[in-house]
Amino acid sequence: MSRKWREWTITLPSMGWLVFFFVIPTLLVCGIAFKNRTINGGIGEGWTLDTWLNVIQPSYPLVVWRTLWLSGLTTLICLFFSIPVSYWLARLSKEARNWMLLLIILPFWTNFLIRVFAWWSLLHSQGWLKQALVWLGLASPEAQLLYNEWAVLLVLVYTYIPFAILPLFASAEKFDFSLLDAARDLGAGKLRAFVSVFIPGISQGMITAFVVVFIPVLGSYAIPDIVGGPTSEMIGNKIAQNVFVDRNLPHASALATLLALVVLLPVLYSIFTQRRQKRSTGRRS
Amino acid sequence: MDGFIELRGIRKRFQGVPAVNDASLTLNRGEVFSLLGPSGCGKTTLLRILGGFETPDAGRIIINGQDITDLPPNKRPINTVFQNYALFPHLCLWDNVGFGLKMAGKPRKFIDQEVERMLDLVDLLDHADKKPHQISGGQKQRVAIARALINKPQLLLLDEPLAALDLKLRQRMLLELDRIHDEVGITFLYVTHDQGEAMSLSDRIAVMNQGRIEQIARPMEVYEAPSSSFVAAFIGDTNFFKAHVSGSVGEDYSTLAIEGVPSVLAYNDKKLQRGQQVYLSIRPEKFRIQREKPAPTEHLNMLKGKVLDIIYLGSNTKFRVECGGHVLMITQQHARFMLDTTPLTWEEEVWVSWNADDGYMLQRYEEADARLLDLPNEEESVP
Repeated sequence: MSRKWREWTITLPSMGWLVFFFVIPTLLVCGIAFKNRTINGGIGEGWTLDTWLNVIQPSYPLVVWRTLWLSGLTTLICLFFSIPVSYWLARLSKEARNWMLLLIILPFWTNFLIRVFAWWSLLHSQGWLKQALVWLGLASPEAQLLYNEWAVLLVLVYTYIPFAILPLFASAEKFDFSLLDAARDLGAGKLRAFVSVFIPGISQGMITAFVVVFIPVLGSYAIPDIVGGPTSEMIGNKIAQNVFVDRNLPHASALATLLALVVLLPVLYSIFTQRRQKRSTGRRS
Repeated sequence: MDGFIELRGIRKRFQGVPAVNDASLTLNRGEVFSLLGPSGCGKTTLLRILGGFETPDAGRIIINGQDITDLPPNKRPINTVFQNYALFPHLCLWDNVGFGLKMAGKPRKFIDQEVERMLDLVDLLDHADKKPHQISGGQKQRVAIARALINKPQLLLLDEPLAALDLKLRQRMLLELDRIHDEVGITFLYVTHDQGEAMSLSDRIAVMNQGRIEQIARPMEVYEAPSSSFVAAFIGDTNFFKAHVSGSVGEDYSTLAIEGVPSVLAYNDKKLQRGQQVYLSIRPEKFRIQREKPAPTEHLNMLKGKVLDIIYLGSNTKFRVECGGHVLMITQQHARFMLDTTPLTWEEEVWVSWNADDGYMLQRYEEADARLLDLPNEEESVP
C-alpha cells in the first residue's frame, strides 16, 4: 500500500507535466477539429463534422503521400549511413571517439534555421555548390537545385542524421564485437557477418533511431518551406498555411490530429504486439 | 607424428611489444594439444592467429600441406569455441548451431539433420528453442562446442572454454570435452592458464612464457622433466637449489655442491661437466621426512633439518623445513591411519631424504620464476 503510494508520488510531477502540457493540448487540438470556424479566424460555437469532410480534398492525398515517402526515405537514408558510422565509432579508441562525437554534435551549436538557410544559399543558382557542379559539368546552368523534393530530402537527411547516429552508437557501444569474430569463424564473410550479426545486435538502437527521425520528419515544416517549393509541400506546410494564411483553425486541427494518428497507430500496434510476444514467450519458459 | 598442422616461426608484435616470439609447433591428427601459460604469455594471440583474427608479422601456418596463413577466418578449416562463448543473442540455440552450415549455403534439410545430431551430441535437444540468455553457463558452453563442431573443422580451437564456469561444473565439462573429443576425433587446440585442465585433458602441452614456447612435451614429461625453471615453477610446486657440479659417481650420477648443506647426488641426464653451474629442482612430494636417520641406500640423499611450519590438509601434510639455510617445501601423502602415529611437531629436528633420481637438473633458470612458487614470505625467513 505505502509502496504503491510512494510510486505515485514519485511519478506524479512528471505525469502532471505530461498531462497538462501534452495530453490536454493534444485533446484540445483534437476537439477544435470538431468546431465551426468564425469568419475572423476564431473558433465558433457548436459542433460539426464539416471540417473532416473538407479535409478529404483532392490535393491532400498527394501531400500525405509525399509526406510519408519523404519521411520514410529520409529515415532509410539516415539509417543506411548511420549504421556503418555507429559501427566505426564503437570500434574507435575512446579519445578518438569523443572527438568524433563532438564533431557530430557540433552543427547543433548553430541555429537550425541558419543551417537550413545555409543550404538554401549553397543550392541557390548563384550558390557555390551549384556553381561548382556546373563547373564540373555535373549540372546544367539552367538546372534548379532548389524548390523541389530532392532539395527537401537532402536537407532533411542532413538535419536528422545526428539523431540517428546517436542512438545507434549507444547500441553499437554495447555490442559484443567478439560475435563478429564468431560469425567470421563460422564461415561468414565480412559483409555477411555485419548484416546477420551486427545489425540484429543493434536492433534496439535502430528502433529508437527510426522513432526519433521518422516522427519529427513527418511534422517538419521549416525545411520544405525554405528549400522546397509548391510541388514539395508536406503536411506541416498545409497545417501552417491553415493557421497563418487561411485562418482556419479547425481545419489545421483536423490535419494535426490526422498526423498524430499516423504516428500513434504504429506505436500502439508495436506496444500491442510486444505485449503479446512477451506473453507467448512467458508461456514457453 | 604426421605433422598434420604446423606453425613455423610465428611472430606478432602489438605496438612494438612482442606478444608471440618465434613460436613453432606441430600438431598431430586427432590429438588434444594445450597451450598453457600465465595471462599475457601470448597463448591467446597465437590462438587468434590460428583462427585468422590476427595476422602474424612473420611465420607460416600449414594445415594438411596447405598454407593458410593468408586466408581469412571464414576460409579456414578451423572453428573456435570462444572464451565468453560468443553465442548470437538474437538466435535460438537451434539457429546458433546451424549458423555455420547456413553460411556454407547447405540445403535446409541437411542443416536440420546436422543441427539435431549436434544438439543431441551435447545433450541439449530439449532446449533447442531457447535463446542463449535463457540457459546456464555450462549449457552455453556446450552450445558453443556444438556450433563450432558442426562445420566438421580440421582443428577446433578452445579459448579458455571453462574459465567462466564454477569449479564443479568445470570438472564435469572437462569430462564432457574428453567424451566429445573421443566421439568426433578431430584435433583440439586448448588454450588455458589452468595447469590442471591442461594436464588432465592433453596429449601434449606447450608451456608458454613471455611470447615464447618454453617446452612442448607430454603432461608427465612437463611435470617430471621441465626444461626451465619457469616450467618447473608454473606447473606444480618445486624447490630450487643453486648448485655446481663437483664430481661424478659412476657414469650417470654427479655430486652437486650446494651452499650450506653437504654435497648431494643427482642424476646427470645432461652430461654436465665438473664445475658447471646448474639448478636442482625437487618436487615437494619427492621428499621423505622422518625423525630417525634413514638407512643409507645407494643414491639416497639426506639432510638434517628443522620443522618451521606444518599445514595438515587431511590427505596430506605440507611441511616447511629449514636445512642449512634453505627452506624446503615438503608434501607427505598419508596412506596410514594417522591417529596411530606420533605426528611431527613444530621446531622438531628431522631428516629429509630423497632419491638422486627424483631431483631434476635445470640449466635454464630465472631468478624471477622462483616467485611463482608457494614460498614463505621474506620477513619470516630463517633467523
